[in-house]
Amino acid sequence: MDYFAQQLINGLVLGSIYGLIAIGYTMVYGIVGMINFAHGDIFMIGGFIALITFLILVSLGLTAIPVILLVVLLVSMAITALYGWTIERIAYRPLRHSFRLAPMLSAIGMSFVLTNYSQVSQGARVKPIPPLITGGYTLHESADGFVIQLSNIQIMVVITTIVLLAIFTWLVSRTRLGRDMRACEQDQTMAALLGVDVDRTISMTFVIGAALAAVAGLMYLLYYGLVDFFMGFVAGIKAFTAAVLGGIGSLPGAMLGGLAIGLIETFWSAYFSVEYKDVAAFSILIVVLIFMPTGLLGRPEVEKV
Amino acid sequence: MTALSPKTASASRTAGIPAILKTAFINALIALVLFSLMVGIRTEAGSDGQLTYWTRFGDVAVLVAAVFGGSIVIELLRQWIGPTGAETLVPPAFKSGMSLVGRYLAPALLIFTLLVPVIFYDQRYILDLAILVLTYVMLGWGLNVVVGLAGLLDLGYVAFYAVGAYSYALLATNFGWSFWVCLPLAGILAAFWGVLLGFPVLRLRGDYLAIVTLAFGEIIRLVIINWQDLTGGPNGVSGIPRPTFFGVPLDNSDDGFAARFGLEYSATHRIVFLFYLILALALLTNWVTIRLRRLPIGRAWEALREDEVACRALGINTTTTKLTAFATGAMFGGFAGAFFATRQGFISPESFTFQESALVLAIVVLGGMGSQLGVALAALAMIGGFELFRGLEHYRMLVFGMAMVLIMIWRPRGLIGHRAPTVYLTKAQAISSDLVKEGHG
Repeated sequence: MDYFAQQLINGLVLGSIYGLIAIGYTMVYGIVGMINFAHGDIFMIGGFIALITFLILVSLGLTAIPVILLVVLLVSMAITALYGWTIERIAYRPLRHSFRLAPMLSAIGMSFVLTNYSQVSQGARVKPIPPLITGGYTLHESADGFVIQLSNIQIMVVITTIVLLAIFTWLVSRTRLGRDMRACEQDQTMAALLGVDVDRTISMTFVIGAALAAVAGLMYLLYYGLVDFFMGFVAGIKAFTAAVLGGIGSLPGAMLGGLAIGLIETFWSAYFSVEYKDVAAFSILIVVLIFMPTGLLGRPEVEKV
Repeated sequence: MTALSPKTASASRTAGIPAILKTAFINALIALVLFSLMVGIRTEAGSDGQLTYWTRFGDVAVLVAAVFGGSIVIELLRQWIGPTGAETLVPPAFKSGMSLVGRYLAPALLIFTLLVPVIFYDQRYILDLAILVLTYVMLGWGLNVVVGLAGLLDLGYVAFYAVGAYSYALLATNFGWSFWVCLPLAGILAAFWGVLLGFPVLRLRGDYLAIVTLAFGEIIRLVIINWQDLTGGPNGVSGIPRPTFFGVPLDNSDDGFAARFGLEYSATHRIVFLFYLILALALLTNWVTIRLRRLPIGRAWEALREDEVACRALGINTTTTKLTAFATGAMFGGFAGAFFATRQGFISPESFTFQESALVLAIVVLGGMGSQLGVALAALAMIGGFELFRGLEHYRMLVFGMAMVLIMIWRPRGLIGHRAPTVYLTKAQAISSDLVKEGHG
């Protein structure tokens, strides 16, 4: 039971990270109708920028951890968002009215570009950082000595995710930008006729998605203490799985799917085999798409001719 | 919406030099922010696990300058050529000239390919490269059935290649079966996996299908890595038997090929044999595809690619139609895999990564989705290009990715050719399907 509780905590933390990435997929899919294959690599870039900013701040002699974290968060969100904007501008916007497979293929190309760009510019080796946030709470200690730990970093990941989700939900439901986004999602032509700047709205979608992925990258860096150039690929597919599981196009669904994938992966590693945890996650993607193509919270898609 | 008056349109076409400089300056500024940390600061883990960094501001300056210059050049080109996406009109004379070249290019290329081992008999490197190119031509033609003809985006083609390779490797090393028995088996097993995957997932729409096939490819690779008892895990399978000349081994033993035919033994015999083997397999793929295209099933594939809804309305069973395309493509992938295993003598999961799938897909897309000659030329260009830049290990994947994006922007229907459906109505359509979004024509 204690072991179960510990895995539950670990799974929820991992799921929060996946959920943050999954929101980027689901938003873009909702509006543009394409799978932004490079989104996993955006997450990786976010992690790298966080790492580099952290190094600079430390070498400048800054020691206050909260200040460092805040600056790292803001810098990596800002620069990664610019990456997202640039990619949309270069690789996706010219293809908006092209044939169906074109944006997808362009996104795959972009994913290769980003992976190899960071490999060329930062080297292939894993980059570790010393643990920034240490300590935690012992929730429960059982008779045979098993301890349920809740570390501070886990608390921080979950709280950051909740705060970001609150801001994000407010943004989508209450602001002008959110209304434009929802309008574009329903009908781009009609939205354009009613004075919504479709290009700008789509750009902003990519910017927000990339900023959230950057936060996920920072969380990953703090939680696992390392980044490498290849981490975007698998994390990207899993986050996409989460988006599909939650129902693609649905924002709460993406978070729910992220949590589900995080829990499944953690429990699978804990009770079955660590080696096959990715196989489990990918199999779930296939099974969900076969039996529940609309996901948990998605709307069924009506095909119009 | 009021149409742009000709005056403003032409004004936007010929933007003045200040406007161009302004765009270039903004682009350079964006590039500066993008590259400042990722390129400007190089991090590396030291020997004690401590991270160190050093600066490379010179590189950033060069990149930013390149972006600045590049933006100016692109802006000027854009004014010169016209807005992107506009149909460039090809003069009819040039077009007919091209079609004349096209008609004689394929036979000429085939004759040249047949003569490659004769011309380059002493150049082992060129023969090896030619075998590699032909392997990708075969993979490209195999995937072309799925992507080019049926219009299904398959990102996990390498899974079937892996199934074929491991089928041959395991059957040959465990049971000692010969290549010629295993080759059809490898194809059948790959097709079987294709059906197994395809049956449930082919109901999905295009991009979902792409992700599922990608996940399937990864699953196959992960299983190969982790099922160590069967596949040897990351160490792979080694000591895979070489192919025999219909039972006659190509070695320098007493009953080997050279001794049997009274020739002086040479290691090149085997290479030449492998060359003709893969050429035959590739031509088989090509021939089957061309024949299938004339059958009702081939016509159904092409119709499906053009408009799925219309297909369903006309009573074509889309699931079985897609499934046959999927299985046929998988079978050819399996053949190619068996050939790969026997050629290398050693296979490991590292040969079957997603990059491989993307490479084959890029060959098909570059070749123009459906055009057999285009795919062959694209394979030649792509593998040849990779070989030229062999020294620049990581940069070549970077360039590969950029090329994919640029080709999609520049000519999404393929660089070399585009195969229109084999049959047309005798009267021209009002709107060509090229001009409208798919499914809305």
